[in-house]
Amino acid sequence: MRINESVAISASPQTVWDYIADPENYLRFMSGITHWEVTGDRANGLGARYRILIRVGAAEVGGLIEMVEWDEPYDIAWHSITGVDQRGRWRIREQDDGRSRVEFRFAYGVVGGGPAGWVTELAAAPLLRRHMRRTLQQLKRQIEHEQRRADAERRRAARQTATA
Amino acid sequence: MATRLAEEARHNGGGEAGAALADRLGAVPGGDTLGGLIGDAVDAVVGRIGKRLSADLHDRDPDYLRETLPLLWLISTFYFRAEVRNLGNVPEDRPALLVGNHSGGNVIIDTFVFSLAFYTHFGVERRFHQLAHNLAIAWPVIGNVLRKSGTISASHENAEKALESGAPVLVYPGGDWETHRPSWEGNKVDFAGRKGFIRLAREAGVPIVPVVSIGGQETALFLSRGAGLAKALRLDKLFRLKVLPISIAPPWGLNIGDFAGHLPLPAKITVEVLPPIDLEREFGPDPDPDEVYEHVTGQMQDALDALAAERRFPVIG
Repeated sequence: MRINESVAISASPQTVWDYIADPENYLRFMSGITHWEVTGDRANGLGARYRILIRVGAAEVGGLIEMVEWDEPYDIAWHSITGVDQRGRWRIREQDDGRSRVEFRFAYGVVGGGPAGWVTELAAAPLLRRHMRRTLQQLKRQIEHEQRRADAERRRAARQTATA
Repeated sequence: MATRLAEEARHNGGGEAGAALADRLGAVPGGDTLGGLIGDAVDAVVGRIGKRLSADLHDRDPDYLRETLPLLWLISTFYFRAEVRNLGNVPEDRPALLVGNHSGGNVIIDTFVFSLAFYTHFGVERRFHQLAHNLAIAWPVIGNVLRKSGTISASHENAEKALESGAPVLVYPGGDWETHRPSWEGNKVDFAGRKGFIRLAREAGVPIVPVVSIGGQETALFLSRGAGLAKALRLDKLFRLKVLPISIAPPWGLNIGDFAGHLPLPAKITVEVLPPIDLEREFGPDPDPDEVYEHVTGQMQDALDALAAERRFPVIG
């Protein structure tokens, strides 16, 4: 099962990238996340590993994931090592209007579960899609909020310079 | 034939019963005389029963668990609207004795819900064992499922072995007494004064982690434990059964014994894991079992009362 969701954010791809690439931010914008822990020596970059858990229905689903693509400021992709089989990707591209289009792709599978596995994949999709949409909305809100604060700070500094 | 049976019997831990019978028949076990054959056959049967009544730590099958989780997730999410809170209170990297209140008669939904949550949280790779009554382990299909899920027959020695392997171990001190309590006592922790879990945690040097669940006693209308009936029928002596429960449950209607289980009503199940209790740190090097018992059951009762206060309606939650 593969789910795609996207959002346009009023910020440059580099600003979006800087926010997404920092593992400390995940607990702030990822919906449903209950655990995000850096495991291993690297906090980010190719080969970085995280243990993540997201509440989906009656369980916290996730496991150990590894970053398999790290192409600044365009793509971050990961594969699961333990837990639910999953692949995910952040895809950041600049739009014609100067904003960034952020795509969140998530693919997962239930191996060996038989008919119950297929039903589970289908039944989990709406719950995961809801999490992904909320994640993107929170990401947009937080990045744009920080942008507005940075713009306000610049204006304040400009006013102070003019007054002086 | 006799030799093969004898080998099988020895492998399965039998041997003495057959030898005794063979002695009485004046034959050598393992020999090809009639007495030897009968003795070996008895050994094989006893060994097989012994094997069925016991469960090895290595019967646990992570691949089987991984393949079972989707079905458990479906049932837990959509039928029981289950929720498990604070699993982070289970120590990540060391064994612990998880002590739960037992509910749901012989259909222990909260255990399945907790197992699902445990395996999705920590991964099927992490060892996790539960203790169960011998009769549950001996049941033909269910026993096999339980063994693959890491369930071992309830005994002090088995629990020690499981803790030594580094696994968290889930026990229900209240056992059949608690799980068959009447529905109107559903929100009451009742270990019947059983304190063996305290000695186990102390000897193994592991913390006690209380696991409190609510909703299990609403999966049927439990009317009585039938303790008097069980005693009159000598079930306590024969099968270690102190109860012969009486309930009203689908599809049977009046359900006596609950031996074949029942179709549970879709009660909302909520499980909460409480912070670990380190016996030595909280009660000193020689903890008093009565004090620890009061402390553990008191904490669990407080948590259960809080969970009960969240519920507005039976079954619906």
